[in-house]
Amino acid sequence: MSALLEIENLRVTFPTARGPIDVVKGLSLTLGRERLGIVGESGSGKSMTGRSILRLIRAPGKVTADRLRFDGVDLLAQSERQMRAIRGARISMVMQDPKFSLNPVMTIGDQIAEALLTHQKLGRADIRGRTLAMLEAVRINDPERVLGLYPHEVSGGMGQRVMIAMMLIPEPDLLIADEPTSALDVSVQAQVLEIIDDLVKRKGMGLILISHDLELVSSYCDRILVMRSGEVVEACDAGELKNARHPYTRGLLASIPRIDESRDELPVLERTGAST
Amino acid sequence: MNALAIDNLDISYGDSKVTHGIGFNVAEGESFALVGESGSGKTTVLKAIAGMAKSWTGSISVFGEQRTHGIDRGFARQCQMVFQDPYGSLHPRKTVDATLSEPMAIHGMGDSGARVDEVMQSVGLDRRFRFRFPHQLSGGQRQRVAIARALILKPRLLLLDEPTSALDVSVQAEILNLLKRLRREQGLTYLMVTHNLPVVSFLCDRLAVMRHGRVVEIADVGQLKRGEMQDPYSRELTRFSAAHPQT
Repeated sequence: MSALLEIENLRVTFPTARGPIDVVKGLSLTLGRERLGIVGESGSGKSMTGRSILRLIRAPGKVTADRLRFDGVDLLAQSERQMRAIRGARISMVMQDPKFSLNPVMTIGDQIAEALLTHQKLGRADIRGRTLAMLEAVRINDPERVLGLYPHEVSGGMGQRVMIAMMLIPEPDLLIADEPTSALDVSVQAQVLEIIDDLVKRKGMGLILISHDLELVSSYCDRILVMRSGEVVEACDAGELKNARHPYTRGLLASIPRIDESRDELPVLERTGAST
Repeated sequence: MNALAIDNLDISYGDSKVTHGIGFNVAEGESFALVGESGSGKTTVLKAIAGMAKSWTGSISVFGEQRTHGIDRGFARQCQMVFQDPYGSLHPRKTVDATLSEPMAIHGMGDSGARVDEVMQSVGLDRRFRFRFPHQLSGGQRQRVAIARALILKPRLLLLDEPTSALDVSVQAEILNLLKRLRREQGLTYLMVTHNLPVVSFLCDRLAVMRHGRVVEIADVGQLKRGEMQDPYSRELTRFSAAHPQT
């Protein structure tokens, strides 16, 4: 199986008053049609990694890599116009919060149709049919009604499902989900992840799931990368997370309270410099 | 004595009634959690207690005194609130010192300099942060400032609205340890709103599960730890949390 995505020595750099700072420091990964989880705390560079694959890092940020190939295409050599043809159609991204990522003045039906129309020419009936089918696929019960609603008229969980529908309707080869469920309730979270999981399996997509939640990622992915200040500190199979070796990963795992908590104090990661 | 007694509380926003007949007691020194999904009305209960949601019927009493509907200075000395998002709850153009001194000025308390020092020390903030602005602090440091602001008037009851859900796991652990230590040292009573059951398990003694504006079950934390919740909805919540422990 040839790799869907190959990244070698990816660097994302931002200039600051004290000179350039690397927020991603030489990350390499190869992804087939599988589910990869990237975990880390805020500032670890996990979202920057996701965004740089789609070349969504704005100036003055700079992305460099020895290799950034998606399905044989060198992403760094593409023009903006060529990138637009790739974004959405071949690689798409689910963002964290539906409240901010959906267009508030456009109905849900129109937004999903737009995702489709940007990349294909289709008749009106076709579009409507596919939009309805997609809404059903993300388990929205009453798709006819939801088509005509505006984002503020639906709940957070439903908004997130709408966004997933929008991202999956052009049938991309790679889905990047950046904290797709952290704005949602626990019970809705499980549903949304199951939908993503199901569609990824059925359509044979590649998935990069970016999250700060170690346990969640380990239950939905095949492989896991743990990032810390721009570097990958641990790479392992999801099932092997319990046997993680790096002290940072172990520290993270230990600091999460459990439902049958019996410890009197939670272990805290050693930090350099100031108290947090 | 009960630190907080709530009976038959109905809260409405305009014409829509958000909670229906809420009732529970929190003993002095106890740590009590309200859990449930978004929209279940748990934060609204905190707001009514704090005086931020004004149209309610029923009874709220704090340390034996009936709560009035508005903002009340005497009450504010007894009970303070810590909000969810430390990025939003601190004034961006006030230094830590100004943020912490303001409640003392409002309540006409003297010697605020020494008290600010003392409170910063008890929440684990180094002295050098005293004249910094919120944007110069990390998320965990800001939440420490927010907790310090709540503690500065020496209240006996703290209302905590998802105090750690905007923080990273390792920072969450630090804040949870801090809350636990403060309660032990200062004999505080906590009423905490959260959707994170493992946090309840770590920090609380009892919990009430809310759904659609009603309390469906009040249980001991031991029941939660052993998976012995009675109500079907609480069991469902527990199951989800056990399958995907939230951070």
